[in-house]
Amino acid sequence: MASARTSGLRRVTDLLILGATVAFAILWLLPVIWVVAMSLKPNAELMRSTAGFLPVPFTLDNYIGLLKLDTVPRWLMHSLIVSVTMTCLVLVVSSMAGYAFARLEFPFKKTLFLLMVAGLMVPEQAVFIPLHTMVSGWGLHNTHFALVMPRVAVPIGVFLMMQFFRSVPKELEEAAAIDHASRLTIFLKIMLPLSVPAVTTLGLFTFIFAWNDFLWPLVSATKADMYTVTVGLASIQSNFAFSEGLGAVMASAVFASLPIVLLFLIFQRFIVAGVAMSAGK
Amino acid sequence: MSANSLIAARRRDALAAYLFLAPFGLIYITFLVYPLFKGLWISLHDWELAGSYREYIGFLNYEDLWTDTIFWKAVGNTLTFVAMTVPTMTALALVLALAVFGQGRLKGVLRSIFFMSSVFSVSVVTLVWSMVLSADNGLLVPFFHFIGMKPVNFLGHPTLAMPSIALTTLWWGVGLPMALFLAALSQIPGELYEAAELDHASRFTVLRRITLPSIRHTVLLVLVLQIVGQFQIFGQAHLMTQGGPANRTRTLVQYIYETSFRDWQVGYATAMSFGLFLLMLGFTMLQLWLGRKGDE
Repeated sequence: MASARTSGLRRVTDLLILGATVAFAILWLLPVIWVVAMSLKPNAELMRSTAGFLPVPFTLDNYIGLLKLDTVPRWLMHSLIVSVTMTCLVLVVSSMAGYAFARLEFPFKKTLFLLMVAGLMVPEQAVFIPLHTMVSGWGLHNTHFALVMPRVAVPIGVFLMMQFFRSVPKELEEAAAIDHASRLTIFLKIMLPLSVPAVTTLGLFTFIFAWNDFLWPLVSATKADMYTVTVGLASIQSNFAFSEGLGAVMASAVFASLPIVLLFLIFQRFIVAGVAMSAGK
Repeated sequence: MSANSLIAARRRDALAAYLFLAPFGLIYITFLVYPLFKGLWISLHDWELAGSYREYIGFLNYEDLWTDTIFWKAVGNTLTFVAMTVPTMTALALVLALAVFGQGRLKGVLRSIFFMSSVFSVSVVTLVWSMVLSADNGLLVPFFHFIGMKPVNFLGHPTLAMPSIALTTLWWGVGLPMALFLAALSQIPGELYEAAELDHASRFTVLRRITLPSIRHTVLLVLVLQIVGQFQIFGQAHLMTQGGPANRTRTLVQYIYETSFRDWQVGYATAMSFGLFLLMLGFTMLQLWLGRKGDE
């Protein structure tokens, strides 16, 4: 009898907690809903009042104006090129190095591994200034090369791939070794096809990181027509005299976030799995 | 297989390994190892961003740090920011994780909502929150009018500016630690909870006796990641307050950025960035050491 009562009470508190969480989640989303609503209102209305979470009166003018302006689409293109290239390169070099550390025996393996892991401790702020002078010396600022290359050798990427390759049963490789397959063949034909989940996770994280990268693009891509969308948006807000009006600023923020939010909604399963994986489980 | 062919196979493997490591290694050395040492070298110079003025001055840049009041102000601001964000972020992430952990479609949607704000870029987040907190047309302005108050200019207020940046950061960053906690919660064996249920343990007792002890390693991990991450705060302060009002929100990375790219004093800025590096390393070590001690 007592236990029936406690379990009833428990169900009520469960519902209360859930209700509070839902309310909090709505509060959490309000800024985003508000910004989206503003991006869909005419500037004249926004001059009068920015209040309200519904886009009434409704207009698409802010987005149409954005596409005509050509700056934001150009920034988006740069972000896309940089993010896709960086993701591909990170996947190639991380999976190769991860495979070597996971499955091959070679002299100085421990030393090399420690040298790589030590890189985890170095924050980008410790190297971004010398990196800047180095790239200046090459005369390569305001290029995609400069935006991508310093971000390709990521120790955590190698670490993730190594963890994954270690979990692949050894028998799969040994069967191929008997057939005198080379290491490269084994890597390409057996290991890589198996590593789709790990590659997807690492790829997603790299893409999101690349898209949102701020400090390095800010100092390297200094010409307005080489901005990535993250830096471009920053330049718009530090200069609030943006001639196109508040609605257009909000529209560019929404526009810039759309690819990454879509990616998140489609692949969120992998992203959450990736967090668990990087925690070393 | 004969001994000779075994040795040959080993050699082939070693060669293959070095070839597999080469692309990563070359890029790693060029873009991380070399700049790190070059940075040490630059920090021993009076070095200008443009032009070719370079003069070896030994440890003078490091000595200058001791008497630079803005540097210490920035260190203080950064520590304040870390103190404001790290405990609240960890606590909020844990509470949210506990609230949204479990089966069901609704909980899945809630998880996505709390995680989603972390995929936005810093310039989108600061744009949104500068608008929310604005005293002219912010989200709270109608509310202030309703209670008959003049809207508060959060970002221009000497004591409210930093908490506002911290709040923005909380909204932006809680997703990742929450996901780490969710992963840890799913690792707790169900038998532990079943035993507690048989004992009619209260919800609070279960949390204190079972859940929290089981995820204490994750709590430590989150704390370390947060300290290291929040130490690097730059974009929020740079874009929302530009370090103002009266240097109240000028952070270390921001000061490094300004010294190097606005004032062109590359040598001095590099010396500062090594200071930051050591500070972060120190905190991480301390945290790990405390965690290890707690385990014994």
